Amino acid sequence: MTTTTTVNESARGGAARQAAGLPRLLPASPEDLRGHLARYGATPYRGYRDRAGALLGDIEASGLTGRGGAAFPVYRKMAVVARARAARKVIVANGSESEPASRKDELLLRLAPNLVLDGLQLAAEAVGATEAHLYLHYGPTPEILRALAERASRGLDGIAVTITQAPPRFLAGQETALVNRLGGGPALPTFQPPRVSERGLGGAPTLVQNVETLAHLALIARYGPRWFRAAGTDAEPGSMLTTVYWPDGKCRVVEAEIGAPLRTLLSSGAETQAWLVGGYHGTWLPMPQAAGLTLANDTLKRFEASAGAGVLVALPADRCGLTEAARVTGYLAAESAGQCGPCLNGLPRIAAGLAELAGSGHRRQTRADVERWAGLVTGRGACNHPDGTVRFVRSALTVFSSEISLHARGQCSATNRKPFLPLPDGMPTSEDDWT
Amino acid sequence: MSGTTVFWYASRATGIVALLLLTAVLVLGILVNRQGRLPGLPRFAVTDLHRNLSLVAVAFIAVHVFTAVLDTYVHIPLLSAVVPFASGYERLWLGLGAISLDMMIAMILTSLLRGRMNRVLWRAIHLLAYASWPVAFVHSIGSSKDLQQGWMLDMAIGCAVIVAAAVVWRLAHAARQVPRAGRVAAVFAQHTATTSRATTSRATASKQARRNRESVTR
Amino acid sequence: MADTLRVNPINCTGHGVCAELLPELVSLDEWGYPIVDPRPVPPVLDREARRAVAACPALALKLMRIEEPARSGSKAF
Repeated sequence: MTTTTTVNESARGGAARQAAGLPRLLPASPEDLRGHLARYGATPYRGYRDRAGALLGDIEASGLTGRGGAAFPVYRKMAVVARARAARKVIVANGSESEPASRKDELLLRLAPNLVLDGLQLAAEAVGATEAHLYLHYGPTPEILRALAERASRGLDGIAVTITQAPPRFLAGQETALVNRLGGGPALPTFQPPRVSERGLGGAPTLVQNVETLAHLALIARYGPRWFRAAGTDAEPGSMLTTVYWPDGKCRVVEAEIGAPLRTLLSSGAETQAWLVGGYHGTWLPMPQAAGLTLANDTLKRFEASAGAGVLVALPADRCGLTEAARVTGYLAAESAGQCGPCLNGLPRIAAGLAELAGSGHRRQTRADVERWAGLVTGRGACNHPDGTVRFVRSALTVFSSEISLHARGQCSATNRKPFLPLPDGMPTSEDDWT
Repeated sequence: MSGTTVFWYASRATGIVALLLLTAVLVLGILVNRQGRLPGLPRFAVTDLHRNLSLVAVAFIAVHVFTAVLDTYVHIPLLSAVVPFASGYERLWLGLGAISLDMMIAMILTSLLRGRMNRVLWRAIHLLAYASWPVAFVHSIGSSKDLQQGWMLDMAIGCAVIVAAAVVWRLAHAARQVPRAGRVAAVFAQHTATTSRATTSRATASKQARRNRESVTR
Repeated sequence: MADTLRVNPINCTGHGVCAELLPELVSLDEWGYPIVDPRPVPPVLDREARRAVAACPALALKLMRIEEPARSGSKAF
């Protein structure tokens, strides 16, 4: 496994970053409430309903999109919940960070919990939420508990927050799975429609936002949409937290401006054989062809990629990319909810096919089988798990195609057999694993 | 005198036919659930037959009830068809008939509304079939001298045996079912088994996959 | 008013009745699960489509009025 040191790396790209006002989200060390208030001032509540509408306007003008991976416009989701006529409305801060390679939410919650909690309260006020939840990978951490206690003693929070620990499943952070879990059931996705923003927890309109998104929201509420747009691109404004893996095995969380050249975040020299952008539902990118891409979906989509939740990996040249891809695909298949026929039947077969390709010599039809199964599962599950997995697999087959030919002849270009991409230990085995 | 005899005979006859129909309906219902086929017929025939025969059965039960009420030899109030133990005559056996009919009414009404109602609730009510049939069976044997002897008794026992066999088949499948948490592992295992055998044609592999699918579907 | 056929893949157990009743719009994959044409149902097939929806033993087939593509919410999840 790689050695992971999660560190706020904010020194990269000096002048440009300072001009853009980075870093915005991460203080150098964990900040308590006093430090938070000294740095940012009091939580800028707008007042219920009428003036809370002004926050919605600011969010719309800012162009803030979700930082949980989907990049869905935050304003649109909030507007649906705000407009709904319902006795109960729910807001959930999603800190489940189910992607094994992502560490940014964990770091944000440790260094700047008050920023996230500010965002949660402000968004709750803006949509009229009557119930607030924190859905966290590690459950109630000391930093979160301390932050909540400090805020309570100052009477800062508008509504009480309930903390729920997310089960360590890849799908646990999916919106409908999250709502299922908060409702007391297992973290398994349900069919949409209806969207959770229309009918979610207990049938109430439910706003689910990633914790980083809420942190950005808390800053927009203070400094306004124009400040937010001072960084990033016109189409995709602002900054985002990225979890970056370098070929030496080090892992860093970096706040980057959207539109920054990926070269400034990831190594692109001879020691790197390929990039993985967007995590395990993301896309493998060939080097050096992809070296000129930027951290913006506009350019990434040329390679059918997107930034996702900001996981960026530079795969070292001495590893076998095919083997890495096969390992991760095996994990993704095991994490299928097993509820939908195509996903349940297709993903394990795709994983087995990839494992065969990564082995020594494979049957002639395996490659065609994997392609066929990939086509069969796309768009046919209740959630996007099969689609994301297929994106990962297809890009791997393309980028590592020469490796496939080598393995067919019983060879391999790797000189280092140590696994590189991080995966959790233990595959799910019983129903309890989802609760 | 001849009038009462006609009604009485009609009630007995339609009752017996209803029992046969209900036996077929229950077996067909299990067949639908198990995705079984009737030889020579398309898949939709099983589910259509199950639904249509259930309506025919209810029609026969309606005639069975009305003729029994109309017959003046004994007094059976109409209400006792749905209110259990409300008849003076043969209170116990007719009461069981009413219970069974009540359950059938619930099943049919919910099935007519199944597009608009909660699936879990629909299924729970539909499971009443496994209670409704035995109760109807006991009602039939208890209230009908016809069924208590001769070839009719054999026929009634035959129905019971068929239902029992179908239920055992259904329970055996439920016992074999892989729980959701184990399904992915089961597919991995199936796939390894299939590919390690020298399976050449995709048609064979997919037929095998469909058969294997039995144990990992809900 | 054109509706679109959608399968709830969680409820679907692969009975295959829909593919029999509506082969123009539904075919079965190699595991017996339906592949449904995502385009709006042509008016001439409307009655057959409703029949298929009613016939599904698992109540998994639905006719929906959809303005957006058949994807469960966001792009990632």
